Amino acid sequence: MIDVKAAVHPDVKAKVDAKSWFYTDKVRDHFFNPKNILKTQKEASDYDAVSHGVGEVGSPACGDMMKIWIKVDSDSDKIKECKWQTFGCASAIASTSIMSEMVVEKGGMTITQALELKPQDIVERLHGLPARKFHCSVLGDKALRAAINNYFFKSDQKDRMIISKGAEIVDKILKITDKDIEECVLEGAHDFEAVQKKTKVGVQDKTCIPRVKELIEFYKDKYYG
Amino acid sequence: METYFDHAATTYVRPEVTQIMSKYLEDEYGNPGSFHYKGLKAKLALSEAREKIAKLIGCNSSEIIFTGGGTESCNLAIKGLVKAKKKGHIITSSIEHHAVTDTCDYLERHEGFEVTYVDVDKDGIVDVDKVREAVRDDTILISIMYANNEIGTIQPIEAISKIAKEKGILFHTDACQASGSLDIDVRNIGVDMMTLNASKIYGPKGVGLLYVRKGIRLVPLIHGGGQEKNRRSGTENVPGIIGFAEALELAQAEKDKESARLVELRDYLIKRVDDEIPESWLNGHPTNRLANNANITFLNVEGEAVILLMNEHEIYVSSGSACTSKTLDPSHVIVAMGMPYEAAHGSIRFTLGKRNTKKDVDKLMEVLPDIIEKLRGISPVHLKMEEIR
Repeated sequence: MIDVKAAVHPDVKAKVDAKSWFYTDKVRDHFFNPKNILKTQKEASDYDAVSHGVGEVGSPACGDMMKIWIKVDSDSDKIKECKWQTFGCASAIASTSIMSEMVVEKGGMTITQALELKPQDIVERLHGLPARKFHCSVLGDKALRAAINNYFFKSDQKDRMIISKGAEIVDKILKITDKDIEECVLEGAHDFEAVQKKTKVGVQDKTCIPRVKELIEFYKDKYYG
Repeated sequence: METYFDHAATTYVRPEVTQIMSKYLEDEYGNPGSFHYKGLKAKLALSEAREKIAKLIGCNSSEIIFTGGGTESCNLAIKGLVKAKKKGHIITSSIEHHAVTDTCDYLERHEGFEVTYVDVDKDGIVDVDKVREAVRDDTILISIMYANNEIGTIQPIEAISKIAKEKGILFHTDACQASGSLDIDVRNIGVDMMTLNASKIYGPKGVGLLYVRKGIRLVPLIHGGGQEKNRRSGTENVPGIIGFAEALELAQAEKDKESARLVELRDYLIKRVDDEIPESWLNGHPTNRLANNANITFLNVEGEAVILLMNEHEIYVSSGSACTSKTLDPSHVIVAMGMPYEAAHGSIRFTLGKRNTKKDVDKLMEVLPDIIEKLRGISPVHLKMEEIR
């Protein structure tokens, strides 16, 4: 791996940091050495047969697509394995990688803990993502939720499925909910363009745009009066 | 060893240019507007550079306005002209550089002008008939680029010039990508205004010019000391302009020989990719394109990831992927050719330059097939070329 600092001319005195190179060292690390990844189509189809739940979000047209597989220990309700494949940029790959690590470390998260995982937690562990790459962490989070739901469905725990639990899916392709819009507004995205930059909402599912605009106004009013 | 394949973004400054510029940076640094010998020397050098460029592009030296680069020149041509006309209709293409599209978009949104964006065919060439069809009674300007910066396609600007003349409409072309390999004599190509810059032809950054045919009135965008016959105020960038003139002269003198060399190298790169990497294709017309441009889509991978993996090998390229654009939109140029978004996300632009040799392409091909295979391996997307094109 090239040392970013060494790649800069010695006469350049400005501080070399994540902003200079666009991504943090942590993102670079997970992009170049992704953890828990299924490296080939064959590995993915083999694992697909033995996994307990699988979730997929995004679309190639949007430039990001993630697929996550989980294995769950039913006695402890803990996620023991989390494998994935991603089509997308460095931040998409790094987001999925670090999330898979977070989910299975220290003996694995319980499903309840995993469902509490937020895009912000992923961004924090990556030591930050550029604002317009924030949607990558949202996608990772969505894919994990989809995998957990699929696990509930397959293991006959349909009562635990959480899609409709207060969350309204607004963007049907990226599976972005009203809660995601709420979080964006809380993070300072106060118009449609800003929210779209963070989440890519409405890039492909254009039918949701009026509803998203409505939600932005609602949450702005709610939190900022 | 760095391998630079991003010459359409910018080039290094060639030593002949640096050398001549340094004299005007260190010794003859006067302000051409000053009333003393130091200023006079700068003024004479500036006028010599202007004469030199006028000869190269076949115009009178009074028809050249020096600016701060290609973007400013495009802005001056379009805004300067339409503002002088107050209202009317503009024709441009769907594959212009943002310096043109965003300017037109601004005029449409905020200043009440109407704009038609003429489509291109599947090879990325502007359809001349559609330009003709787009002409209205109130059309005041056609602005269509000479050669495209992303896919390198060369546009039929002589034919468009004819239409413009026939209908009495002014025609501007952005020729920033063209001046290294094409004829830029305005008498031959028949344009009324032409944008050029230095940073694509081994000259300095931040220097450009707008050729404006005598008799065309432009409203200035920058007001101040009245330089450039009141059309672009601000102390002239004397060393930059002198470097620009030198770079343009060398580029035009070498263009036939260097183009022939680059075409061979470009086609070698295209062939090796075609032979060694499946599910990939060349974007844009196969032959009617700039000598140094190969724009290739690799299906089922995302361009930014490719750039970053190549970056680790110190191979520098660019992409039309949404992830590398500020707006998160994929390349409007690739999409304009009728390609789906998926094709734009996986597009990589290789633009070759003077220092590139066959060895560089061989180095690229040592790593590129593995990079693409690795990214395809971890991708859950498995589209097929025939589903997409």
